[in-house]
Amino acid sequence: MVGMEVAGQNSNIVSARDLGVVACTRCTQVWPAGTQICSRCGSTIVARDRLSLQRVWALWLVGLMCYVPANMYPMLQTRTLLSVQEDTIVGGAVELIHHGAVGIALIILIASVVIPIGKFMAIAFLAISVKRPSSVSNHHRQVLYEVVEYIGRWSMIDIFVVAIMSSLVQLNTLAAVNPGRASLFFALSVIFTMLSAQAFDSRMIWDVRARQEEMTTDE
Amino acid sequence: MDQPLPIPLDNLIVCTHCDAAFTLERPEVGQRAVCARCGTVLITPRRKAGLQIIAVSVAITILIIAATVFPFLSISAAGATNSVSILDAALAFSDGPLVALALTTAALIIFVPLARVLLTIYVLVPIVLDRPPARRSTQAFRLAEALRPWSMAEIFVLGCAVALIKISDLADVAFGPAFWMFSGLVVLVVVQDNFLCRWSVWKSLDKTQTS
Repeated sequence: MVGMEVAGQNSNIVSARDLGVVACTRCTQVWPAGTQICSRCGSTIVARDRLSLQRVWALWLVGLMCYVPANMYPMLQTRTLLSVQEDTIVGGAVELIHHGAVGIALIILIASVVIPIGKFMAIAFLAISVKRPSSVSNHHRQVLYEVVEYIGRWSMIDIFVVAIMSSLVQLNTLAAVNPGRASLFFALSVIFTMLSAQAFDSRMIWDVRARQEEMTTDE
Repeated sequence: MDQPLPIPLDNLIVCTHCDAAFTLERPEVGQRAVCARCGTVLITPRRKAGLQIIAVSVAITILIIAATVFPFLSISAAGATNSVSILDAALAFSDGPLVALALTTAALIIFVPLARVLLTIYVLVPIVLDRPPARRSTQAFRLAEALRPWSMAEIFVLGCAVALIKISDLADVAFGPAFWMFSGLVVLVVVQDNFLCRWSVWKSLDKTQTS
């Protein structure tokens, strides 16, 4: 691995903004500060996205609002010869534990309960932490952000399970599985939280430290 | 803004995750350049990466089309059988308001991965052949990168495993040829993603365009 040599004379790592340049977040080309549009790839360039936090919170809220009905309505409707059964996300997982499939129940619970809730908390924490000083180091928060961005997609697994089951188990009168209303809300919740995480400008995590240092040196 | 910069812009590289600026130092083939502040990988050059990625991309395209057409899973219980393709699975949500969900699933597991490989081929072929980039290459590559988080084929495969175990006490499940194709496809998608050095692609798109 090659470490990158630090620009500027001092040994501290300099932010592009302090250096008077701005980088395109899509193609990483560097431009003088104030450039509006990247002439290499055509993306809009902003040094720091000022509306980023507003968008994060708006999308976060929509995601959270979709997550509530996703857990209240049935996710899956199983019709067999004798009975019709409707399961919510958690109910379905509990059912699986009763059947002895603990591993699968855990996957479902982690993907559809632990990850979404953890994600809501993580995004909220990150959004708050760029506004006020936080005891968690920048590096850990960067890692947290990357984990959130990477893992968020995996919540879609429950939707795919429902899709596979309800297309496969269509045995006329014998047994049939149909998707419930919750699937729509759950998919929306996952999509909105993904958008919320993408709207977050992770460069802001590192700005706070720079700002704090500025304040301490000024005093 | 008007003050002269100490270093020419082309010799700068900025980490898009944490905005740290570094003077550019091209790593050797096989090495990686990482951001000293947040550890993000900035450059990973590879020998003949372009050709390998094109080969993998072509394979992915063929596999996606084949995996969509052939039967994927089949189920039988007490004489009744049913077999489905991936497209059937994606379009399972087909009544009422769930149609939107059907289209979304189909997009996430078939069309987004397909669009990404096709765009990658379109961008990389001229670069590998040392030709000027195809028209609107930059837009194409930008779109391919923007679609990256929305390509969920690998999640679908794990979803299959979960669904199979859920169904297995209800009925007998058998894998169709498409299941194996799709599993292979997922491995290739991961390989393609890791081989691609975005910085190098943008650099070569830039170089060929200005000269």
